[in-house]
Amino acid sequence: MDHLSTDVLVVGAGAAGMYASVSAAKSGAEVILCDKSLISRGGATVMAQMTVAAAIGHQEADHWTHHLYDTIQSGQGLCNEKLSYQLCKKAPDKILEMRDWKTGWANDNARIRQVLAPGHKIKRCCYVDFLNTGPAVARTLRGEVAKHRNIQRISGITIIDLVIKNARVAGAIGLNTETGDFVSFAAKAVVLAAGGLTQLFARNSASKNMGGDSHALALRAGANLIDMEFVQFFPIGHLAPRLVGMDPIMWDPFRYKLGGKLLNGQGEQFIENYGGEDGATYTVGRDLAAYAILKECEAGRGSPNGGAWLSFQHLKKEELEGAFGPIIKKLAFNDIDLTKQSIEVAPIAHYHMGGIEVDESMETCVKGLFAAGECVGGANGANRLSGNAIPEAFVFGDIAGSNAAKVKASQNTLSNQDFEIAISHAMGDLLQPPSDNTLPQKQTSRGLLHALQIIMWENVGVLRDTKKLQKALTEITRLRNKVFPSIRPKQGTAFNTSLMDWLDTRNSLSCAEAICLAASKRKESRGAHQMEDIPVKSDKFTKNQIISIHNGRLASSWKEVQKLDFDLKEKSLAVV
Amino acid sequence: MNSETDKNLNAELNIFRGTAGSDSKFETFNVPFQQGASVLDALIWINDNIDETLSFRYSCINANACKECMMLIDGKVEYACLKKLQEKRSTLKPLPNKRLIKDLVTDIVPPKEKYST
Repeated sequence: MDHLSTDVLVVGAGAAGMYASVSAAKSGAEVILCDKSLISRGGATVMAQMTVAAAIGHQEADHWTHHLYDTIQSGQGLCNEKLSYQLCKKAPDKILEMRDWKTGWANDNARIRQVLAPGHKIKRCCYVDFLNTGPAVARTLRGEVAKHRNIQRISGITIIDLVIKNARVAGAIGLNTETGDFVSFAAKAVVLAAGGLTQLFARNSASKNMGGDSHALALRAGANLIDMEFVQFFPIGHLAPRLVGMDPIMWDPFRYKLGGKLLNGQGEQFIENYGGEDGATYTVGRDLAAYAILKECEAGRGSPNGGAWLSFQHLKKEELEGAFGPIIKKLAFNDIDLTKQSIEVAPIAHYHMGGIEVDESMETCVKGLFAAGECVGGANGANRLSGNAIPEAFVFGDIAGSNAAKVKASQNTLSNQDFEIAISHAMGDLLQPPSDNTLPQKQTSRGLLHALQIIMWENVGVLRDTKKLQKALTEITRLRNKVFPSIRPKQGTAFNTSLMDWLDTRNSLSCAEAICLAASKRKESRGAHQMEDIPVKSDKFTKNQIISIHNGRLASSWKEVQKLDFDLKEKSLAVV
Repeated sequence: MNSETDKNLNAELNIFRGTAGSDSKFETFNVPFQQGASVLDALIWINDNIDETLSFRYSCINANACKECMMLIDGKVEYACLKKLQEKRSTLKPLPNKRLIKDLVTDIVPPKEKYST
């Protein structure tokens, strides 16, 4: 087995992981940045299309306190305000730093263009045209990473477990996907930055790598998860006709710039029936829109594929081309002409507010173990503002990287035996004979993952209730304890997709159980957690929920919300 | 490929199988045809329904953002996520100018982002 040694190991090479690597390297640390896919390409960052919120005030007077106010409002009482504070206060510097690094934010010379997005009271969201924010950000950071000789970049390494010694992180075990060999890493600190987990839901906007790897690694290492019940569903994900070459959340920028009418299967506007205002253009908030679309479907008034119609037919061809030139061409490639047809949209899982519990230095309760980006829980509370995900990746990456670099060498020295033990622990399930040989041989990890995605979508999605959550929890426990242990990946060495799927599915099962358990304990409706049988918010639950492993099982507990130690209103008024 | 799949129509994919230094062969898979579907959709369908060991690279699933799914389709270098599935026989091969790893997976990792000890 090969062995590598470094100061800081960063797991995941999206915006958060790359920013963390650069900051750790600037602080003088030796860094290894690895990704199970390719550096900068495999996660959510490269798929981001539009908005990056930061109070740089280039279009309207703005201040980070206003951004913080909007973020906390949107979080409905559950934001870890100390994390939200870091996010909003530091975002402007990061945007300008990225400009210096030639990201190419849309601009009028010195002024970066900023647009309004739902939940923000001020034009605050930067972007790169046309719908090119993610690729531009990924390219910029990949270039910055390459400038640092003390960052070793490794594509194609799947981290399968962390190595913990004397209650602190000491390294990790990786699988080299190209060869099927194990690789061991010794590190003083590890930054988990492998993204979110929306792949757990049948309808999602995730890449295939977003199945909760960071969360599962953290849990197994003894760290806590927080706010796992809060999954953001994007209301108008693309549903039909088949559209390739575009991210399914592409219709939101259309809506910001051009409006658009949301219609049910009978061609009627319906948002008003749910207490929203729609009028001529579609401007209603995300949660209400998602709710209304699914309720129309339940009542038999959905569009043919189980969603709603989104129509831009009131617009002229020139208007569409003026606003989205190259995108209109991509639509034509898919035989879609918005002047002649409506498209079908439906809610899809898009972002996860919950994640790994960290302190203000992005460190978990396991010494030396940090997290950054979407896999961090807390900054966005019960609902995330549009545009907060990318700055969160920059800011938290920066904080995690610079703090990870400060971790002093521990007394831990890892022997070969330590790694052998870690591998047998990580892969232990595969060393046992299958638990049930009676299951049909056709059962695969992928098949199980699809079953899980449907359970999560149908029972733990936009519309939840006590019964559905209980049913999901029972089903997931059965899959985890009875079905999964009977599955054996196919033997193989080079690019063994069967083993990769098995590892992904194991992580996803842990995360699904964590989400379900947390959702079943929160007996109220708040933000993205909507219970149809308990439709009210309850003060009793103005608390964060922690999920951790106790005696080999997931357990839930509650903690007080972290509040700011200054008066935000006062501070905000002082700068107006 | 969802409910719209028309069972009467088929696409036939003739796919290179093998690893570096081992015997290689072509294997034919019949996949249901769906209007507008991509070759990547069909490859994922094969993984889900016929053979979980067929290897090809992809992350972003049809958004053409990760750019990992490049391969040779009927002799042309294409992104599998952008190439529309056709109701005929197509031949899929790994990129010719890259080192073969397995099936449709080649070494497209930039030299300075590769694993080395």
